[in-house]
Order: sequence, then C-alpha cells, then structure tokens
Amino acid sequence: MSNPNPDLKARVEELANTRLSDCYQCGKCTAGCPRGDVMDVPPTRIMRAVQIGNVEGAARADSIWRCLSCLTCSARCPKSVNVSGVIDALRQISVENGYLSSSSVKITEFQKSFLRNIRRNGRTNETEMGVDFEVRYFLRRFDVMNALNTAALGPKMLTRGKMHFKLGSPVKDKALVKRIFEKCGVEL
Amino acid sequence: MNIGYYPGCALHGSSVDYETSVRACMKALDVQLDELEDWICCGATAAHSINHKLSVALPARNLGIAERMNLKQVFAPCPMCSMELKKASDELHADPNLCAEISEIVETPLVGTVDVWNLIQVFQSVGYDNIALKATGKLDAFKPACYYGCLLTRPPKTVNFDDPEDPTSMEELLSKLGASPVDWNSKTVCCGAGLTLCDEAGVARQVRKILQDALDSGANCVVTACPMCQVNLDMRQADAKKLGLAQDVPIFFLSDLVSLALGLTPKDLDFQKRYVAIPNELQKA
Repeated sequence: MSNPNPDLKARVEELANTRLSDCYQCGKCTAGCPRGDVMDVPPTRIMRAVQIGNVEGAARADSIWRCLSCLTCSARCPKSVNVSGVIDALRQISVENGYLSSSSVKITEFQKSFLRNIRRNGRTNETEMGVDFEVRYFLRRFDVMNALNTAALGPKMLTRGKMHFKLGSPVKDKALVKRIFEKCGVEL
Repeated sequence: MNIGYYPGCALHGSSVDYETSVRACMKALDVQLDELEDWICCGATAAHSINHKLSVALPARNLGIAERMNLKQVFAPCPMCSMELKKASDELHADPNLCAEISEIVETPLVGTVDVWNLIQVFQSVGYDNIALKATGKLDAFKPACYYGCLLTRPPKTVNFDDPEDPTSMEELLSKLGASPVDWNSKTVCCGAGLTLCDEAGVARQVRKILQDALDSGANCVVTACPMCQVNLDMRQADAKKLGLAQDVPIFFLSDLVSLALGLTPKDLDFQKRYVAIPNELQKA
C-alpha cells in the first residue's frame, strides 16, 4: 500500500462533491453494482481505501475502469455518498498521473478518441471516432481480434444507414469548441 | 406547443432512426421543435471521466444557446444528454463562482432559466389523455417490457423524474394506448452501452441478462427512451444469443409505439434500420 496523501483525498472530495467520512462500509453499493463480479476492488473497498488516504492505490485499481457509470451505487447509498463521483474523480487522477492498469488502456483510448473527435468536430462523428480509436488501440496493443470484431460491425451498420462518413449538420463555430477544450486544460 | 430541441450526436449518427421516430411523433402531436442553433456535443461519459470542468462547460454552452434563443424548455431525447444538461445546470446554480468561470470559458452568459425535458416529460406535458384521444388504433398486440436504463431516473436528485427503483411513467402511457406492459425486474439495470466498443464480452452479458428477464416476464418486445440502450440491446443481441438468450426481442423507441397508436406506419419510423427484425404483428396498432 502506498503512503496516505491528504491533498489527493481532498481533491477526490472536491471533484466528487461528497463527504468521504459519511461512508460506513455497509456494502450496498457493491451489492447492487452490475459489475461487482468482475471487479478486483469493489466500490465498498474503493471507498474505504480513499477514506484512509490511499488514493493512489484506489486510482490504480482496475475496477474503476470496469464501472459502467450507471449511478446505481450513488442512487442507493443510505448516506447519499456520491460513490460513482468518487470513481470518476479517481479516473481523472489516474489519467493525470499515468496510473493506468493494463485493462484500462482500451477504455481511456476510447474516451480520448471520443473527446479528440468532439474537439475537432464539435459533435461526434462516430465513424471517424471509431476508426481513430481502433487504429490507435491496435498500434498500442496489436490486438487483431478486437480490430476484426469491431470491423464486423461496419457492414451491419452501413446497410442500415447507421454509419456516416460526414456529419449531417456540422458545427459552424469549431474554433470556439477548441477554445473550450484549451481553457478547461484538456490534454489528449 | 413549441419547445427547444437538442438532438445530440447519437440522433445524427447510429440512432438516426430515433430522430426520424421522434420528429414524426412530435409532428403528429403538434409539438414544434426549435433546434438549438449550432449546438455541440454534451461530452457524455468521456468528459466526466477525464476532465470535470469540461463536463460542465460542454453542456453549459448548449444551455447558453437555449437562453439566447429565449427558450424556456429544451427537449433532449437522449437521457445521457438530458442528464448532462441538467447536471451542468444544477452545478452552475449551486456555485456562482463556477458559473462565472464557465460563462467565460464558453463565451456565453449563463443565467439558468432553461428547463430540460426527456421524451417522457414531453408526452406528460402534452398529456397522456390527450395523446389517447388522438390515437387512431390500439396497441393490443404489444406486451412491452418498459426499459428505463440508467439515466432517465439517475441521479435521482439531478433528473428528479419518476421513482428511481421502480419507475412506471412509460407503463402508464402505453397502458392508456391499449398495450399490456409486463411487470419485470430489470427496468433500471444498466445495459452497458457506454462500453459497447471497449468491453464486448461484459456488455453481451448485460444484454442477455436484461432481455432474458423481459422474455421470462412474458414480454414480446422491449421499449426504451434512450438511443444508446436501443442500439446496444438491438445490435449486441447476436452476441447475447451466443450466451443463451432464447429468442429475438424487438427493441422499440417509446416514440415508435406512440406513433403507431397515432396511425403512423413503420416507414415513417425507419423500422427497416433495426438490427432485429420487427415481426408483422408489431408493425401496427
């Protein structure tokens, strides 16, 4: 276990807008989590780790990237702790510090492709985003099966008119969107 | 009725059929949609996973556009968009300093006068009884499992809509139109759409679990008011079958069923774009 870091703990509370000490470890968040069975560190234990100041340990857990952001944990918490907000904060801290676990690479690459796409177009062009993500992920991992699986969706989507190579109605003020990303300090 | 309209990216991409269905349905109900001028993406899950400020700024820009257009309500058919718009609105209200900072970032003054509606709230404001009066047919053949997914009811304080554990607003509407919605357990269980390109195996398991529960509860279709749930439950059904899903389950948008009751046809609603074919008996009211 890494050293407790009070600054990072305060940052989690601020980002999640919640009081970590409110959690009394009842486990309801984990009981209702649709992904609890595939998590290395379930939500209850993530909460405990952050409570005792082991933010780095929590931010290195694979489980924060298995979370679907479905918000069931936060909705059901008897103490109204924003558990999913804590997980979001840990993801942000994990990205900022390069704490990525091996299975998180795919999800962070996807999210970065998504945001790069918005920064460029103002709206998501799913085809362009999909290609950007698959190519970058392939170059990092050489995961042939993943590339083939996703490519298999192409014809299905094309024949249903669900794949578009150009945005139907593009954003006019794209420069503004780029400025918003810059001013928020987003690095992709 | 005139309301602001924020389609969101999905309705201009992999869920074009949702936009077709929503627009056809609103026209039939005499609801005029004023699209937000030069709207941008709400940022979705990616923004709030990577940069909190961005996750407020992107929706805030759209709220600012709506204010500039003097719109009192904005209808966002995608629950992810409507939740992100509402969440940003709440954060701006709660924190004047953040509001000032975000106004500067998005280069638009923000006051916070806009109400955000999901699809069901539009139907509620038209009035379920008024919709039933306009109906030309009954949805007798439909035994839908009404599926709310995550963001129509969560986070409860933000969206402030229906019961987060056992919502019933879709069931009430569809019952009035002659359908027989089933009672089932998975109406608010996440389908995993957010990770549909990142964790195919995990998503297939969620889809199988939800659709098998719908079948076991006696449903002959699933109805959703979310583009991502619809496309995920529809497109990933082939994978769910490999995991034991017993049979095909047609996945409708709520606006499809209302439109059919109002006398519209499958062609008006882009049914040919669905992955799982819609059986003949479910093509009309």
